[in-house]
Amino acid sequence: MSTSTTTEYQASTPTGKIANFMDTRAGLSPMVKEFGRKIFPDHWSFMFGEVALYTFVILLMSGTFLTLFFDPSMAHTTYEGSYKPLYGVEMSVAYASALDISFDIRGGLFMRQVHHWAALLFVAAMSVHMLRVFFTGAFRRPRELNWVVGCTLLILGLAAGFTGYSLPDEMLSGNGLRIIDGVVKAIPLIGTYISFFLFGGEFPGDDIIGRLYILHVLVVPALILLMIVIHLFMVVVHKHTQYPGPGRTENNVVGYPVGPVYAAKAGGFFFIVFGVVALLGGFFTINAIWNYGPYDPSPVQAGTQPDWYIGFVDGALRLMPGTLGDFSFKWDIPFPWGTNTLALGVLLPALVPAGILFAVMFGWPWIERWITKDNREHHILDRPRNAPTRTGVGVAGIIWYCVMWAAASSDLIATHFSVSLNDVTYWLRALFVFGPFIGFIITKRVCLALQRKDREIVLHGREAGVIEMTPEGEFRERHERLDDYRLYKLVSFENKKPIPAQPGRDGKIKASEKQRAKFNRWFYEERVAPVTREELAEAKTHDHSDVPSAVEGQDGQSSIGH
Amino acid sequence: MSEQSHGGPDHTGAVEHAGVEESGKYAIDNPGLPPHRPRLADEDPKAAKRAERQAAFLFGLSIVGTLLFFVGYFVVGQIGPDTTFATIRLQNMLLGLGTAFAMLGIGVGIVHWAKTLMPDHETTELRHEVRTEADRQVAVGMIEDIIDETQVKRRPLLRNTLIGAGVLAVLPAIAIFRDLDDTDNRSEFAAENFGPERLRHTMWATDVRLVRDPTGTPIKASDVTIGSAFHVIPEGLNELDPHEMLNQKAKAVVLLMRLNPEDMQVSPEREDWNVDGIVAYSKVCTHVGCPVALYEQHTHHLLCPCHQSTFDLTQECKVIFGPAGHALPQLPIRVNEEGFLVARSDFHEPVGPAYWERG
Ligand code: HEM
Ligand code: FES
Repeated sequence: MSTSTTTEYQASTPTGKIANFMDTRAGLSPMVKEFGRKIFPDHWSFMFGEVALYTFVILLMSGTFLTLFFDPSMAHTTYEGSYKPLYGVEMSVAYASALDISFDIRGGLFMRQVHHWAALLFVAAMSVHMLRVFFTGAFRRPRELNWVVGCTLLILGLAAGFTGYSLPDEMLSGNGLRIIDGVVKAIPLIGTYISFFLFGGEFPGDDIIGRLYILHVLVVPALILLMIVIHLFMVVVHKHTQYPGPGRTENNVVGYPVGPVYAAKAGGFFFIVFGVVALLGGFFTINAIWNYGPYDPSPVQAGTQPDWYIGFVDGALRLMPGTLGDFSFKWDIPFPWGTNTLALGVLLPALVPAGILFAVMFGWPWIERWITKDNREHHILDRPRNAPTRTGVGVAGIIWYCVMWAAASSDLIATHFSVSLNDVTYWLRALFVFGPFIGFIITKRVCLALQRKDREIVLHGREAGVIEMTPEGEFRERHERLDDYRLYKLVSFENKKPIPAQPGRDGKIKASEKQRAKFNRWFYEERVAPVTREELAEAKTHDHSDVPSAVEGQDGQSSIGH
Repeated sequence: MSEQSHGGPDHTGAVEHAGVEESGKYAIDNPGLPPHRPRLADEDPKAAKRAERQAAFLFGLSIVGTLLFFVGYFVVGQIGPDTTFATIRLQNMLLGLGTAFAMLGIGVGIVHWAKTLMPDHETTELRHEVRTEADRQVAVGMIEDIIDETQVKRRPLLRNTLIGAGVLAVLPAIAIFRDLDDTDNRSEFAAENFGPERLRHTMWATDVRLVRDPTGTPIKASDVTIGSAFHVIPEGLNELDPHEMLNQKAKAVVLLMRLNPEDMQVSPEREDWNVDGIVAYSKVCTHVGCPVALYEQHTHHLLCPCHQSTFDLTQECKVIFGPAGHALPQLPIRVNEEGFLVARSDFHEPVGPAYWERG
């Protein structure tokens, strides 16, 4: 075949021409074919991940604007900008430039506030997103690695927030750094040196802002971006999970095609998130750095708060008693070469709670898999009530976190409710220990009760809100049967029974296996089984005498909601 | 559930799936997707037109928002030394409101468009397995071949020297960070300036006068009445170069108070550290270093605002509540010939948070 006779495809429409141009150069057709109509399930609880993504984009944009004006230098200067109360005050160039952004650059204050609000929302959205994934069991095979990527993102988000918070170099950020310095120094053996290396000598030195700056605007965002790319790539590879419901199976995805509906909704949502952040930035002052003054190790400030996501560590520091009677958690350990000090009063609260939270978080997919022996792929989500033990564990974790978080405001709680600060601390210490257990027990009960209610609805229909008189003259509320579509959602979950300890190859039961079986019993012993075929058939025979009009399968019936 | 029971073009059965549909598994079989219910705009061209107008109105609102932004930026105008705080607030609000309208208009408009006019049929797509068994075999085979071709297994000498070289090659990447703390390179007293020893010393020394923070005025013993508290720095601090100043201040800040001598327990070795009940304590919290400076006169307690460590002045600043692990260090003081308060010496222990080498 001679090339001269080959007639190449000629596009006739403008769209066709552009598409053809791109396609013959970058080979886009297969991509469009793959993604153009890809199906995404839709549910309100799937939006938190989107919020996190969009606030990150907003952070990149507003942050880049800030870098054009911000000068991360700790060199000494005299402020001569427009904010009169600080005129002539000695401060660092970093602080002066943050003030200039606020008062001498039009829109600078707005951008600072947008940046800070977006940062708060970013971490919040990631946290809620993560809870959604946890409570619905979306972390199970094949998505364990993506869960780990997600946990890493959360930690990177905290790092981004902390490094950013320190940049303006005013009173609050300096004080935050001083606390970090104290915590770092508590690390045995290397802590003191880490502190010197961090600050370029003794605290505060003149290096730290520049060092945090490069972490904040380059290293951490780049890592976050990398992780987000991996995260989204894996979402595409796995396809999104979906809630149980009619038409949904482990083998399919039910939802809307990317083009046009899903893309339009998601794209539109970006603008909505941006709009909300703009409102916050326009109307609500955040981090009013001009009120704090330059960093000075001497003045006092009570009632100041770190950004919310750092609060739990600060709260843990507050909850720890430094001494018990005459016993001090500062241990002086005599060694042959001299005495060394182990500052357990700082080390324990700074590392242990956060360490446990993150270790359990990262490891949970494997912990649960070990306990349940469930290594199957899951694409249908659990309704949280149908996994009562997991849901209980999650709530216990939330409560533990929230107690520490509340402790970071113990002084505000005390002044607000006019109670003694010491009492607030004692109560919070008690809650720190017992709260998670109470939370676990209550949550598990609530889940089981909800499951029972589901059974009730499946077997006897739902109350229609209509009182009727039976032929015998008795009044009762009319019950309506659910149609199959709604029924299916309530019955389609597995009845997981405890798996007793299994002997290994040698026929013996290992100690670890016994332990596993114990956990497994704890996981599944108390459970509410889904309604079975027989039970349903049995209930239906009752109907004819009981429920005046079975409206099964009929459309236009009141919805049962999520 | 047998391993192969649900093999098919998309599912080889190599990976076990949870709850794959088997008739009879649940109380009722999967009824399939519910029938699609048409929306108003699907059937009524008037409703569709209305939805179109609503979305267009929202886009119009976005245009108004952008204009509002420009009003905020250009009409409220340049800010500078004469701008009042109220103007800055107004400008910030207009920028926020303008951007919010601009963004929400587009966002809500598009979502409205998608919800009312774009097709809302739920559709189904099959999942594919993350890997197929055939692919796995090919991939594993390839990797084995690759390793084989390198001969690394047959030639341990190559492997071991490479591992050794690799491990060693990483060390410079760690060592090169040594000068993150370069204080010793910059000063004549190299040895003293590296390592934890420097945390033991502050600017306080024999006969250094106690002066007020920040004014630098010296303090006479007679100025310090019972119940008063002074924020104190060592004389000469303010004259230091600004950076050295902050570093020194971070260690040297002191709180000066006068108690009734009868209220105080004084240990034998500290008998001459106070002047008729005037005592000086480090203001750096021994927990993690915030300034401890809330002085409650009636109870003689010092409270740290950061995590509420409470120190009892009458017991040589022992910790009586909160997370701090040891007492605030005391600065020994006396009165000089002119009647000013001066330090007898530096602190006898390091100030601030505990650290490994503190001892
Ligand atoms: C990735 C998530 C990020 C988070 C959580 C975050 C958080 C923060 C926070 C809380 C502040 C303090 C703002 C204030 O009230 O003054 C800040 C400041 C700053 N951020 Fe970010 N940021 C992020 C990404 C970025 C990026 C990507 C850039 C630049 C490319 C950037 C540039 C800056 C600059 C220059 C400042 C100092 C300006 C000032 O304080 O006025 N940030 N950041
Ligand atoms: S720094 Fe003083 S209590 Fe924590």
